[in-house]
Amino acid sequence: MTATVAARRRVRARVDGTVQGVGFRPYVHRLARELGLGGSVGNDERGVVVEVEGEQAAVAAFLARLPAEAPPLAQVEEVRVHELPARGERLFAIVKSARKGAAAALVVPDAATCDACLAELRDPADRRYRYPFVNCTNCGPRFTIVRDVPYDRPRTTMAGFAMCPACQAEYDDPADRRFHAQPNACPQCGPQARLIGADARPREDAVAAAGRLLAGGEIVAVKGIGGYHLACRADDARAVAELRARKRREDRPFALLAADLGAAATLISIGDAERALLTAPARPIVLAPRRAHAPVAAAVAPGVRELGVMLPYSPLHHLLAADAGGPLVLTSGNVSDEPIAFADDDALARLAPIADAFLVHDRPIRTRTDDSVVRAVGGQPLTLRRSRGHVPASSRLPRPAARPLLACGAELKSTFCLARGGRAWVGHHIGDLRNAATLAAYRDGVTHFERLFAVRPELIAHDLHPDYLSTAYAHERAERDGIELLAVQHHHAHLAACLAEHGERGTAVGAIYDGAGLGPDGTVWGGELLVGDLRGYARAGSLWPVRLPGGDRAAYEPWRMACAWLVALGDGAGDAATGAGAADADPPPLPPQLAGRVEPRAWAAVARMAASGFAAPVTTSMGRLFDAVAALCGLRTHCTYEGQAAIELEAAADAAEHDAYPLPVTVDGRLDARATIAAVAADVRAGVATGIVSARFHRAVAHATARGCARAASVAGSELVVLSGGVFQNRLLLELTRAQLSALGLRPLVPRRLPPGDGGIAYGQAAVAAATDA
Amino acid sequence: MAHGAGGKATAALIEGLLVPAFASPALDELADAGALAVDGAQLALTTDSFVVKPIRFPGGSIGELAVNGTVNDLAVAGARPLALTLSLILEEGLDTGVLRAEVDAIASAARAAGVEIVAGDTKVVERGHADQLYICTTGVGRRDPRARLSPAALRPGDRVLVSGPIGEHGTAIMLARGEFDLGATVESDTRPLWPAVDALLDAAGPGLRCLRDATRGGVASVLNELARASGVALLVHERAVPVNPVVTGAAELLGIDPMHVANEGVFVAVVAAEQAGAALAALRGAGDGETFARAAEIGEVKTEPPALVLVETAFGGKRVMDQLVGDPLPRIC
Ligand SMILES: [Fe+3]
Ligand SMILES: [Mg+2]
Ligand SMILES: [Zn+2]
Ligand SMILES: [Zn+2]
Repeated sequence: MTATVAARRRVRARVDGTVQGVGFRPYVHRLARELGLGGSVGNDERGVVVEVEGEQAAVAAFLARLPAEAPPLAQVEEVRVHELPARGERLFAIVKSARKGAAAALVVPDAATCDACLAELRDPADRRYRYPFVNCTNCGPRFTIVRDVPYDRPRTTMAGFAMCPACQAEYDDPADRRFHAQPNACPQCGPQARLIGADARPREDAVAAAGRLLAGGEIVAVKGIGGYHLACRADDARAVAELRARKRREDRPFALLAADLGAAATLISIGDAERALLTAPARPIVLAPRRAHAPVAAAVAPGVRELGVMLPYSPLHHLLAADAGGPLVLTSGNVSDEPIAFADDDALARLAPIADAFLVHDRPIRTRTDDSVVRAVGGQPLTLRRSRGHVPASSRLPRPAARPLLACGAELKSTFCLARGGRAWVGHHIGDLRNAATLAAYRDGVTHFERLFAVRPELIAHDLHPDYLSTAYAHERAERDGIELLAVQHHHAHLAACLAEHGERGTAVGAIYDGAGLGPDGTVWGGELLVGDLRGYARAGSLWPVRLPGGDRAAYEPWRMACAWLVALGDGAGDAATGAGAADADPPPLPPQLAGRVEPRAWAAVARMAASGFAAPVTTSMGRLFDAVAALCGLRTHCTYEGQAAIELEAAADAAEHDAYPLPVTVDGRLDARATIAAVAADVRAGVATGIVSARFHRAVAHATARGCARAASVAGSELVVLSGGVFQNRLLLELTRAQLSALGLRPLVPRRLPPGDGGIAYGQAAVAAATDA
Repeated sequence: MAHGAGGKATAALIEGLLVPAFASPALDELADAGALAVDGAQLALTTDSFVVKPIRFPGGSIGELAVNGTVNDLAVAGARPLALTLSLILEEGLDTGVLRAEVDAIASAARAAGVEIVAGDTKVVERGHADQLYICTTGVGRRDPRARLSPAALRPGDRVLVSGPIGEHGTAIMLARGEFDLGATVESDTRPLWPAVDALLDAAGPGLRCLRDATRGGVASVLNELARASGVALLVHERAVPVNPVVTGAAELLGIDPMHVANEGVFVAVVAAEQAGAALAALRGAGDGETFARAAEIGEVKTEPPALVLVETAFGGKRVMDQLVGDPLPRIC
């Protein structure tokens, strides 16, 4: 008999991660009962605490299955087990939350409809048949409907909907899939969809009517989880052209909604990585090579080889995609560069000139979130925009923050980041802060997150750029609340973001390529070889400096960079310190490819600016080098969206071409692209096809980057090389560079869950601030 | 040091270093001119130094600027300019023809502005210690009893007027300095503003809330200073802002916003909504009836968002128009 007593074991397991508000406690309850264990489960401010007691083998099985079989929305980061003396407990109970101190990750990201809810949606016998708001503990809206914490229905935008007895019973039953599912609803008691601007036919619901309108070629504004979209049939050239005209969006590709994986497979090539991304609960837009006969109008994505496709992420979208009968364009509900509409009155006013009808509902959206955008590179995700489905999940900081902190991010693809201890919350993609509505969303987002995660910043990190509105916000907060400020250099933040994401505390080389970030020397950086860690960095090299004629204007007029590089070529007497060509040299002649597209007088004036430096700051921007090459090829002289020239240059590259242009790396680490530009100009003059020129150029940059990094790595004594910055959204460049680095025995590291572009800056600033504030 | 461009860096220098050092209620106002009373006479006093390259440019020269800059600081403080003092700093070896031309320019500008030059001083410094010619002027004016000007008077609903097409002085200087040929010329707008201020005071009376001379940092700087000083929002309608096409073209070439370009004969006025129509009509007819004919109402005072200036674009979107710290730095990453 004593043997049986000795075999009893009692443990306390502390579970960290995303384990609250995701049905974790009922899950533990079910698992413990199944294994015949006694004990209890409860939430505290840090996560979930479980105590179980029973047979040795059953306790061991419990600990093994606990992380492995966790509910779909849970993310178990760590389970710490502590042995306790057995006390003979045989019953298992869910105990009330004992919360004191700072709240932890109670608010989780919005999640796509789960299979169980989908089955109900499609079952004519179910009480939620075709109900566009079906959800449960494993799926549905979360972050976008939360007004305040603790996360309870009265503090969400579901507050106005009282549950009917049937829904309430589900909500109260620990054994039910809807136990404590705050947005729980049904057709009797929950939100309703409504069609505005057109009439539904008899026995047709609002979603079915909208589907019919779409099938008939009309443009419908659709209220989703994070905001309004504009939809039309993607295979209807007239509807797509009409949408472009009304939205004033000239070339930037539209995202698509496919009803299911089968439909998506007719649009893009889907490998294992793409399948995993498409079907993940976050349901991002997945960029992948378009299929040869994809049934979409040419105007959906002109000039690029990829399409952005997502699968339905809410029951409403499941119904709509099926009812519309074909792939849909599903693009942000806005005009031009305005933020996506999410408040009903504002959406109706702003989108009325664009949409033929509105499919709306009466569940308010608290926080606007755009669709997340990802692409698979080397079988792994590369996040281009992190928003719906990913926010507000927290990230780790490898060096914990000694004081709670706020990082204010960049300006154009802005996000913010709050951190406490080893945990960082990166906000949703906010966008261009120059837009007044976006700036308001940024300010609101920061204070909303501060409340949700109980972070009172005692340190504020911001970019070095004095004119970023995020910098202005940092100063304003610092002044108002008496908080200390820390300026973080832009490219160091890019480097640190990638290191921190991968938990790296050591030194690495970073090739950080983007459009523009202010350097500590007052020049405009953007093609940088750095050596550094979370705390600091040194510049180990850069692209050859040239002039940026007209500043930001050049980012929309790639021909200016073609001119600046030709001026830098000059007679070979250029100066790496000033980026100027020989000031008295004759301006370069207007290349024939640009004739008729660039005014000779403007060309001469820009050449003069590039030579004298007047209104033309010194830059080492890699993004602008891509622009220069795109312009020299005659591919693009003027952009209608940011980054267009580089995107089209990548799309043009001929995969069969294996030559590379010269791109020498000087002894002081300069990537002297003057030789490259000269070779590009010569090939273009000789009539070499753009696809060949593009491939040779991409390879030149990849080779030179790898050589420059290898040299810096041997000096620094590290084999780790970070590739980040917006330029590395270029799949071809990224893959070529990674391959080169690996061939040289180096270990390339790429951002995965946070964007390589400026959406990752806030997190990088937070990582630097935490590491230096120790 | 980016302290010369009239932006945030200059503001920080003035508010952080100079104002505390010389503490006085008149300085705290940070207006273009200081107010003082001498035996009951309500006077305004201002001083300015002029450093410009090149010293002669299309539409004017440093001598003309030295008079107009100072009388305009008095005018926008609501004071009728009366007299100037003049101090010249000459680089050794300055061409006498150049000097004579500037002295003539000063004399004729003073006549045109209706002020006397009542005292002066000349210093010569070694070659290389000055660039040709610097001028300092101090101006005294009589504060007009009709004027009650203060940014604190701004109220939601008030209208924002601008006295004429913007950006011409700065554009003329930049084109001259960069030696650009745009196929068209643009001339500096340097001119005395008192006649326009006089007409506004007549038409709007106490409805005229505030005036600012849109010199360095352009209209954008002035509007931001007003928004910050008063805690209100200012909304500008982009299409309503008068800008000559040559200025627009030059600004596009150089990658700058005309709102950030310096003027030497343009002011911004904030007027109560009820008086805005009469004020604009009076402004357009001021002086010879031509100089201010393109004055325009460009925006209005709002409550939200506090202390910010927004521009409503052609598409109806609203963008933040801020003051730059120094020269424009690229932001597109
Ligand atoms: Fe960047
Ligand atoms: Mg002055
Ligand atoms: Zn579900
Ligand atoms: Zn119900």
